[in-house]
Amino acid sequence: MHAQKEFTFNGVRIALLAVVVLFLLLFLVGPLVAVFSEAMRKGLGAYFAAFTDPAARSAIWLTLSTTAVVIPLNLVFGVAAAWCIAKFRFPGKALLISLIDLPFAISPVIAGLVFVLVFGRNGWLGPWLEQHDWKVIFAWPGIVLATTFVTLPFIARELIPYMQEQGRDEEEAARLMGASGWQILFRVTLPRARLALLYGIVLCNARAMGEFGAVSVVSGHVRGQTDTLPLHVEVLYNEYQFSAAFAVASLLTLLALVTLGLKTWLERSGVHARVAP
Amino acid sequence: MTGGGAKPRRSRDVLPGFGLSMGYTLVYLGLILFIPLSALALKAVGGGWHTLAAVLSSPRVLASLRLTFGTAAIAALVNAVFGFLTAWVLVRYRFPGRRILDAIVDLPFALPTAVSGIALTAIFAPEGPLGQFMASIGWPVAYTPTGVTVAMVFIGLPFVVRTLQPAFEELASELGDAASSLGASPWQVMTRVVFPLTLPALITGFSLALARGIGEYGSIVFISGNLPFKTEITSLLIITKLEEFDYTGAAVIAMVMLTASFLLLLAINLLQKHSLKWLARKEA
Repeated sequence: MHAQKEFTFNGVRIALLAVVVLFLLLFLVGPLVAVFSEAMRKGLGAYFAAFTDPAARSAIWLTLSTTAVVIPLNLVFGVAAAWCIAKFRFPGKALLISLIDLPFAISPVIAGLVFVLVFGRNGWLGPWLEQHDWKVIFAWPGIVLATTFVTLPFIARELIPYMQEQGRDEEEAARLMGASGWQILFRVTLPRARLALLYGIVLCNARAMGEFGAVSVVSGHVRGQTDTLPLHVEVLYNEYQFSAAFAVASLLTLLALVTLGLKTWLERSGVHARVAP
Repeated sequence: MTGGGAKPRRSRDVLPGFGLSMGYTLVYLGLILFIPLSALALKAVGGGWHTLAAVLSSPRVLASLRLTFGTAAIAALVNAVFGFLTAWVLVRYRFPGRRILDAIVDLPFALPTAVSGIALTAIFAPEGPLGQFMASIGWPVAYTPTGVTVAMVFIGLPFVVRTLQPAFEELASELGDAASSLGASPWQVMTRVVFPLTLPALITGFSLALARGIGEYGSIVFISGNLPFKTEITSLLIITKLEEFDYTGAAVIAMVMLTASFLLLLAINLLQKHSLKWLARKEA
């Protein structure tokens, strides 16, 4: 559409193209190639051994079980937030939207820190938790909380603009025909917004499985117990088990590539990308 | 926004569920965001001004702030230049592989930061393919501030590209063609039309990349080497303070970083409002 029509041999254009392609190859394709070549350095046997290790299995399990809780939490929140923001008028709406965006502006390390200050041993609820022998920090609940914090905006901020664009005519029509609120939500609103919903879930999932900074603050690094996949990568790397570290990293890289593929496909199907971390 | 024009809201609204969804949203935000964040704020000021001043004047903290903000600024500048070129090439040129390049620009968003960190280190470490070359010309990358900058360039690139692409797309079809059909040279079109009109988007992308660089942790800690006073970023220093059970110190440093990124985001918002008005005036 916007392509230039002239076929003149243009030195500037070719130079520009070369600079950009080189830059992207160096900074984006380079790391991808590095992950897989380092992972395969000791051969396929070593590659697959990295996944049968008990610590690796426990990390995979921890990452999956964390994500399985975080996504539904943020999904329900996203739908609730989008329902009131997109379908109703009220004062302070812009403020509410910026508040939902807040976690994007907060360093992941700080996202972990705030939960240590609430639930940690010297935190607000620390003594009380200790009395009841409940562990939040350095345990699974803390990992879930920190991950929820970091991924909170993903689904909401995809749904809100999408549902705003769709207006509320169909919902009102359904209401006038006697549908209940839940019927409207599940049969009219959510089916119409399914692409945005899926987009939000895909991004939330990628971030939840890959989160490192926030989780590393609250996990305590108990090997085989509180190490998620990204933390397991760090531990292996710091123990100089480079091939195993990159093997586990290659699993996360595949996840990232699948995420990119889905994201691109959904954008072609009409979901608008928002500039998000 | 509402389909039916001016409608009475509150209890007479035909659609149900406002109270429930609003209540749930606020309670959830309160539990996940506000209570933890207020714990941070209270902890940071809880030690009083004396502690605050003591933490912030510590040479190690100052060195980490200088490193973090300095390298983030350099990385955001690099991204402003290369992001501008990348967005321009992706919007204006048609070439084989363009769609793949376009999709891959989002890789830093999708790749877990720990993976980016070890991958960049493998490339730029002294024994890595590029690290060897850079060391041979006397400019080692890994375990130096340059390494920190490289990681921040990687993580910040999509912000600039993705903010500029829509701006270029809007512009490309209208003004650029008009200007060149009026006889302007490509260089004139770029400097007099394209650049001024997309400058607000460029500054927004720059600020987003800057904010991300300041807060980044995972992709940096592997390549930086984490030497106190030299290559220790502020995020890592927060973790160090936590491990020493210095919660107040950690909270104070975190508040400084938070304030910095909020001021940045505020500036972006003001700029966007301002530039919208400015563009509207220009078009009128």
